[in-house]
Amino acid sequence: MQLNEWLEKDSQARSTGEKAGGYPFGFMDDGAKKEIRRSILKAVAIPGYQVPYGSREMPIARGWGTGGVQITLSMIKPDDILKVIDQGCDGSVNAVNIKKFFASVSDVAITTDTLEATIIQTRHRIPEEPMTEDQILVLQVPYPEALREVEPSETETRRMHAEADYSRMWLYLYEDIVNYGEITISYRYPVTVNGRYIMDPSPIPRWDVPKLHMAETLLLFGAGREKRIYAIPPYTAVEPLEFEDHKFRVEDFTGKACSRCGATDTFLDEVIDNMDGGRSHFCSDTGYCDKRYDTWNH
Amino acid sequence: MEPLIRIRGLSKQFGQGCERCLDATGPEHDTNLCRYCGSVMACNDVSFDLYRNEALGIVGESGSGKSTLVRLLHFEWEASGGTVELHRSAGLDNLTDLFEANSDYSRNLLGLTHFQKRQIRNALMGIVYQNPHLGLRMQVSSGGNIAERLLGAGWRNIARMRERSAELLEKTEIPVARMDEPPCNFSGGMQQRVQIAKALSNKPLILFLDEVTTGLDLSVQARVLDLIRNLRNEFKLSMLVVSHDLGVINLLCQRTMVMKAGRVVEAGLTDQILQDPQHRYTQLLVASQL
Repeated sequence: MQLNEWLEKDSQARSTGEKAGGYPFGFMDDGAKKEIRRSILKAVAIPGYQVPYGSREMPIARGWGTGGVQITLSMIKPDDILKVIDQGCDGSVNAVNIKKFFASVSDVAITTDTLEATIIQTRHRIPEEPMTEDQILVLQVPYPEALREVEPSETETRRMHAEADYSRMWLYLYEDIVNYGEITISYRYPVTVNGRYIMDPSPIPRWDVPKLHMAETLLLFGAGREKRIYAIPPYTAVEPLEFEDHKFRVEDFTGKACSRCGATDTFLDEVIDNMDGGRSHFCSDTGYCDKRYDTWNH
Repeated sequence: MEPLIRIRGLSKQFGQGCERCLDATGPEHDTNLCRYCGSVMACNDVSFDLYRNEALGIVGESGSGKSTLVRLLHFEWEASGGTVELHRSAGLDNLTDLFEANSDYSRNLLGLTHFQKRQIRNALMGIVYQNPHLGLRMQVSSGGNIAERLLGAGWRNIARMRERSAELLEKTEIPVARMDEPPCNFSGGMQQRVQIAKALSNKPLILFLDEVTTGLDLSVQARVLDLIRNLRNEFKLSMLVVSHDLGVINLLCQRTMVMKAGRVVEAGLTDQILQDPQHRYTQLLVASQL
């Protein structure tokens, strides 16, 4: 979609759109939306750089996805189709609440189908099905600073980013390998974006990290509590930190399959039966699992 | 032979400063504190050359500006004035705009960005502090401490980094079997030697030694000094040795500068200074040495 076309639709929505409970279309006032859009543009222009912004009060608590919610609200239009997932699941509490909220303030269509959605807001997963240039993925971020693990001071981490002084992050990984034989970070695996900034990809599992590399989709990251927005524009190189002799690897699900749809190529959640202690696996991406299940059963 | 690094008029002032600061401080006043405005002239108009494979000593009482000088040259503190120029032969081919086409010396290093300064520091300099806590991460393994500098220089191969760390620890007489132990498990002398290994990891041209043997017992002192002397010959290092101990200076350095209240009061060959001190303060210093 062209930018001017998008702006036209946006202004239409604002003048004629339904008002829920006295709030304007998209809940936030124009000033707030503009500021967030400006921050998004800056974030897209400097891939991986954390842009500070004035995080607004939302009707959900900070730390429950307000960063993602604000990004989505700042760009949603009446003809958008929205999908919201929480750890891959369309039906969990966080996802359902956010969906209800969006529906009440913007009246957009809701879907669980990754391919159908125009905007997907997600907590800690990237959908299994590859997304396209026409879609936007919004990720909720609890801790935007990838270097926080090694440096508690914000002033200092900003200096480190500015000077690309990342030896301490690498040292952290070195120590991990020396002590445990491999890098023990299971989620929030740090990545280098566009060969420059080290970035926190939000707490997605390692499984999803390769999907960031040269992705066709615009990826926007919002941290509401920490007041930061950052982005990976489409077709950007994203590399997990790795050593020449200790390569990055994803979770290994060899010999396991989804007990519901039979998938062997998805990220699986392990479920333990409380009664008999038996273990089974299910797709973490429920939308994709449903789709496969329906195909087999009809 | 041309000096590797040329330092001219290097100064560091803490506080606002006033017109009378320069007249109110210095060795003749026996203070570096300006009595009019309360500024401290920690280092004032220090000029010298450092040649390749040379050890230059800096002696002086505490508060005379020795360590300040080292911190300025190591880019840890911002200098208030002066120039530091590097000879072309130092190599630094990746920093292209550092050298003018027709000049043998670089632009003033003090005017570079933090990023460039850090690149130069990583490529050329090593430092050993009096207190190992300043130079080492006490909770990180000794091998990791050494690897940190290599990682900063772009090394990305664990096996090769460990090889290099082991090699350096062997040179500094730390048992390689204890490579993965953090320095907080080590004795003071061992920590100091790990620090030296870390400082040497990037094969520096210039090594700063800031009171390295102060606080170590005499037998350990002798071993550390011996080690430094051997390493200097082996790596062809230029060293700046800061100490208030004339014995250390005598052992390591060919040339010596004497500092007092932020200024250099005497400079020359070490033998000359020890045998025939000219300045009143140097005479006192030599006379106090047992």
